Amino acid sequence: MSLTRLRIGFLPLVDAALPILARELGFAEAEGLDLELVRDMSWATVNDRLIYANTDAAHLLAPLAIATTLGIGRPPVSLSVPFVLGLNGNAITLQPDLASQVCAGGSPGDVTTAGQNLACEVKNAKASGQILRFGVVHRHSSHNYMLRYWLRGSGIDPNNDVEIVTVAPPFAADALASGEIDGICVGEPWNSVAVDRGVGAIVAVTSQIWLRGVEKVLAMQSARMAAMPDITERLIRALHRAGQAFVDPERQDEVADILALPAYLDGSTHFIKRAISDRIVFRRGEPPIHIPDFMFQHREAANFPWVSQAAWLYAQMVIAGHTELNEANYQKAQRVFRPDVYRTALSLLGVPLPGASSKLEGSIDDPLGVGTTQGRLILGPDRFFDGRTFDPDNLGAALQITPKH
Amino acid sequence: MQHETTTMRIAIVDESPARAAVIQEGLIAAGLTDIILLTERFGLVKRIEAISPDVVLIDLSNPRRDELEEMFAVSRALARPIAMFVDQTDDASIEAAIDAGVSAYVVDGLKKERIKSVLDVAIKRFVAFSRLRTELDEARGALADRNTVDAAKALMKKKRGMDEPAAYAALRKAAMDSGKRIVDVAEALLTAEKVIGNL
Repeated sequence: MSLTRLRIGFLPLVDAALPILARELGFAEAEGLDLELVRDMSWATVNDRLIYANTDAAHLLAPLAIATTLGIGRPPVSLSVPFVLGLNGNAITLQPDLASQVCAGGSPGDVTTAGQNLACEVKNAKASGQILRFGVVHRHSSHNYMLRYWLRGSGIDPNNDVEIVTVAPPFAADALASGEIDGICVGEPWNSVAVDRGVGAIVAVTSQIWLRGVEKVLAMQSARMAAMPDITERLIRALHRAGQAFVDPERQDEVADILALPAYLDGSTHFIKRAISDRIVFRRGEPPIHIPDFMFQHREAANFPWVSQAAWLYAQMVIAGHTELNEANYQKAQRVFRPDVYRTALSLLGVPLPGASSKLEGSIDDPLGVGTTQGRLILGPDRFFDGRTFDPDNLGAALQITPKH
Repeated sequence: MQHETTTMRIAIVDESPARAAVIQEGLIAAGLTDIILLTERFGLVKRIEAISPDVVLIDLSNPRRDELEEMFAVSRALARPIAMFVDQTDDASIEAAIDAGVSAYVVDGLKKERIKSVLDVAIKRFVAFSRLRTELDEARGALADRNTVDAAKALMKKKRGMDEPAAYAALRKAAMDSGKRIVDVAEALLTAEKVIGNL
C-alpha cells in the first residue's frame, strides 16, 4: 500500500513530541501516512507555510490558531484544531537578582506570594523611573496570556506597569544576560538553558497559574481538513498512539533520544529528558525538583480540544487589547476547537471520550470522574492560581477585571 | 517611473552577510538603490524603526520574524508593514517565495507591480545563493574525498610497496566488487589502519 504524504510544520520544542513520535515510532505509517516534518525557527514561518498550503498541518500556539482565524493583524484564514498537542510546560524565569527578591527559590513556591513580591519590585522600579520588561515567545501565545493573567491577578497592569515584548526562545538566555529583559515566559528546554548559564532562575511554572491550560495544538486549514476527513482521522489516531508511547515510563529514554535528533530539537538529551520527566532545576546548582504537573502530553484526555479553553483564550485576547470584543468573533474563536472531529477519529479505538465539549474552567479541585460517550475518564484539577473560574457562557464576568494598584 | 523605483527604501535582514550582499547586488542591478543591510542580531527592532523602510526582506528561517511581526503590530513609529504573501493573489509566486525561503513585509499603499518586481529579484537571488552554497559544499566534499583517497593510496604504497596506479586499481576493484564508492573503501581502509594498525 502506498502511503499518503502529509507535511507537518513544527518548532523545535519539547511539545512537538507527538507528531515526531508518530513518525519515528511507526504509528503514522501504520495508519498509511508518511509524515514529513518541516522544522522552522519562527511561528510566523510555521503559520505562513500552513496558510499558504506549503504544509498540511502544524504544531502551533493555540492562541495563534485563533488569531489567524479571526484575522488579527492580517486577513483571516480559517484554521481548525482537532487535537491538542500539550498542556502547560512553560515556566517564568527571572534575572537571578530579581528572582531572589520574588521567591525563596529552589522549588515551586506559592505563586500568589511570588506575584505580590513581584508587584512590589515593579512598583519600586517604577518609582525610580524604570519599567520591568518581560519576554514572551509570541504576541499570540499562551505564554503571553498566562503571564498577563498572573501579573494582573497580582495587582500589576500588564499594559501599563510593565513592558511585554517578543523574544524568540533560542535567545531567551542571551536576552536575560544582556539585560534586554528582566524575565521571560518560555517553554523547555530554554528556561533550563538560562538557569544552567546562571543568567536566570525559575520562579514559577505555568501549571501553577492555570493547571492543565491549553498550550500547543495541531492546526489545519479548515477547508483542507474538511476536504480530507479520512486522512485527518488517521493522523489523529497516529498522534493518539504517539501520546500513549510518550507517557510510557519504559520508553522515556527512547523518546528523549528521538526528540534530541538533529532533524528535530537538535538539543541536549539531558535537558529534554528532564523536561519530559517533569523534573525542573529552579536555580543553578540545585537538584531538580519533580513537578508531576509540569506538562501534559497525553494523560487524562489532555489531547481533547475543550471549546471552553478556546473561549478562555479569546477572553484574554480581549483583555490584553489584542482584539475588540465581538460576539460573532467569540463564537468563531470557539469553533476553532473541534472536539467533534477528535471524537469521530478516536471512537473506533475505544478511547474514553468526554461527553461534554465545554467545561467550567477552573472548577475541578480534585480528580473528577466525568460523563463520557465511552469508557471511564478521570479529569485532573484545572484550577487558576487566583481561585477564579471561567464560564464560557458568561464572557462578561471574565472581562470584568479591575486591576489592583 | 525610474524615480519612483529608486526612492523605495528596502531593508534586508539577514544574518548571512554574504547572502545579504548577493540580494543587494541583484536589487541594485534592477535599479533599486536605497538598500540597507541589517546583519546584526541585536538592536534590530530599533534600527528598523529608525530606518523606516518601505519593504523589509527577511529569510523565512530567521528566528527573529516573530519579534519583527510584533514590532509591526505595535510600533507607532512605523507605517504598518504587512506580510507580502497576504496581498499576493498569485499562487505560483507565493510558492516560489516559500521554496526560495524569502518573506517580505511591505508598507500599505505601495503598488503591487513594484512590490512584485522587488520580490521577484529577491526570489531569484535567494535561489542563486542557495545554489552557490550547494556547489561550494559539493566542491568542499569533493576535495575532502580526494584527500581521503590520496591518504589510502599512500598507506598502500607504504605498507604493500604498491605503486600509485596499482594502489588506485586495488581500491577501484574493491569498490566495484562491494558496490561501494571508492572514497568509502578508502575511508574503511584508513579506519581499519587506525583501529587495528599494522595492516
